[in-house]
Amino acid sequence: MAEIAIKGVAKRFGGFTALHQVDLTIADQEFMVLLGASGCGKTTLLRIVAGLETPSQGEVWIGGRRVDHLPPRDRGIAMVFQNYAVFPHLTVFENIAFGLRMKKLPQQEVERRVNSTAELMHIEQLLKRYSGQLSGGQRQRVAVARALAMEPDVILMDEPLSNLDALLRLEMRAELKGVLAASKTTTIYVTHDQVEAMSLADRIAVMHQGRIVQAASPVEVYRNPAARFVGSFIGNPPMNFIPAVKAANGSWTVAGLTLPGPKSDKQKIEFAIRPEDIDAGDEGLEATVRVIEPLGPHTLVTCDVEGGLFRAILDSNTAVAVGDRLRLSPKPDRIRWFDPETTNAL
Amino acid sequence: MTGADMSTVAAEAPGAATVDARKAGDWLLVATVILLCVWVLLPIYLLIVNALSSPEEVTAFPKRFFPSFDVGSLSFFINFAGVAKALWNSVLVATLTMILSIGFGAPAGYALSRFDFRGKGTFRFLVLMTRAFPLPLLALPLAVMFIRTGLDDTAIGLALVHTTLALPFAVLITFSLFSGIPVELEEAAWTLGCTRLQAFRKVILPLALPGIAASAVFAFTISWNEVFAAAVLTIENRTLTAFLLQSLGESPLYLKFAGGAALVVPALIFIFAVRKYLFSMWGIANR
Repeated sequence: MAEIAIKGVAKRFGGFTALHQVDLTIADQEFMVLLGASGCGKTTLLRIVAGLETPSQGEVWIGGRRVDHLPPRDRGIAMVFQNYAVFPHLTVFENIAFGLRMKKLPQQEVERRVNSTAELMHIEQLLKRYSGQLSGGQRQRVAVARALAMEPDVILMDEPLSNLDALLRLEMRAELKGVLAASKTTTIYVTHDQVEAMSLADRIAVMHQGRIVQAASPVEVYRNPAARFVGSFIGNPPMNFIPAVKAANGSWTVAGLTLPGPKSDKQKIEFAIRPEDIDAGDEGLEATVRVIEPLGPHTLVTCDVEGGLFRAILDSNTAVAVGDRLRLSPKPDRIRWFDPETTNAL
Repeated sequence: MTGADMSTVAAEAPGAATVDARKAGDWLLVATVILLCVWVLLPIYLLIVNALSSPEEVTAFPKRFFPSFDVGSLSFFINFAGVAKALWNSVLVATLTMILSIGFGAPAGYALSRFDFRGKGTFRFLVLMTRAFPLPLLALPLAVMFIRTGLDDTAIGLALVHTTLALPFAVLITFSLFSGIPVELEEAAWTLGCTRLQAFRKVILPLALPGIAASAVFAFTISWNEVFAAAVLTIENRTLTAFLLQSLGESPLYLKFAGGAALVVPALIFIFAVRKYLFSMWGIANR
């Protein structure tokens, strides 16, 4: 019903280009997360969809209707803001009812919707309070309830959990996922927290310097990064990168190891592997151990490989000491290759 | 424990001189505060004491320390010919000034806080610069112009002049007021079905209203206290300040005190009521 199509949207602030020609289609009822570091343009893109910002060029379509010239109120959206934006002069009840009253719904219907969304967000005992009497987590619940009560086609969320403390964030994350799945709305959710993105999203659009670098399922984004940036941004610790030099008959030499790789007319490309896809063995990449961090279930070992930092997550029973020379063998099916010039995956 | 003790001992020896210096600094601060309080409060005290004494006591010597709460001076002043009319003129002009300065100042303050436009910095500077022109310099040409346009000796004419005096403050106070209201509240209202105007009326205005009222009271006070323009631009329809300036020069002492108190006390009460917003005007947090 409410598919969102962003077509060639660009945004310039004076001489600064916040978004370069972004294209993105979000399916009906899909949970799309825009993920990126601060200043990558993810909030700007969300605000353009909301109608709080005008695109310098391009089109925004919601549910088969072009909306980029419409004010926010005519777009069939509801938005949850980072600082909650709960109206301080109204009670929680009137906050949730605000949009419904603007729609001139009958009082009975207003009450029904306020009560049911309040129940859904577990704030029914707070309806008579003002926002000054609420905690951050409670305000966030009010803001979400206010958006849900509108029964919108699309819910837009701008870092809604980033002002909450860690424990509360975990709790709200799980709750949001359940509530939004049940509400059958299309969701765009902006965050800089990759764990939040991985756990909530149907699809993640990774943004970098005003462009969408990759838009795919969380596992796809994690396993098959489309560009070097995605591999280095997602994952904690992030992907390891080592230069690879062309060897005979289509294979590549990586830190003393010869591996079969992609066909390329370049002499040098980049080898990449995630830290957990490495085993310590008798043969593999030559590494010197620099730091050992036992984390319980596994041990994080930071080594020198070819003069660069290289992280491996090894079994906690592996006997290593600082200064040891290790042989680290990457799992063949998890190896990825990148073009160092375009930074795209090969 | 011992480590901490050691360090205090070590710190004390070279610290003696600084302790003395700090004590001297404290005394200076206290003395300055007392001096400033006396500077401000003593005239007000004398004014109140004399206004609340009978005419005979005002001229008598030695002075009483506490007023006798005799309303003789005040009642004489109220019944003095022309005072009632001047009082009415003052209220009328001040009310008009209040309406005009908020009517023009609040939208300007809102625009300054919400929009980025070319020349915004210059505009803010110019708003302040209007206070740099001494009124006496403008008074004569203004009087000539007013006589030509028929605005002389009218309440609206004087209110226009007072509005130019009060407007910079109205703009600055409402600017800081609107800036203190997060723009997200407005944006949330837009996404919930409001037009710009509805969002302003339903969300911003209720939150800004106490501050706007304070700004209005301040504009009222500026007009209420203003004497120069009032004296130059009115003849028949004098405001209280202009009336007192004209007629009290040769009137008895107790009448001067009563008139002074009648002017100062309302202004003091008004300013006291809105002090929180006057501080915020200069960027000092008002919470």
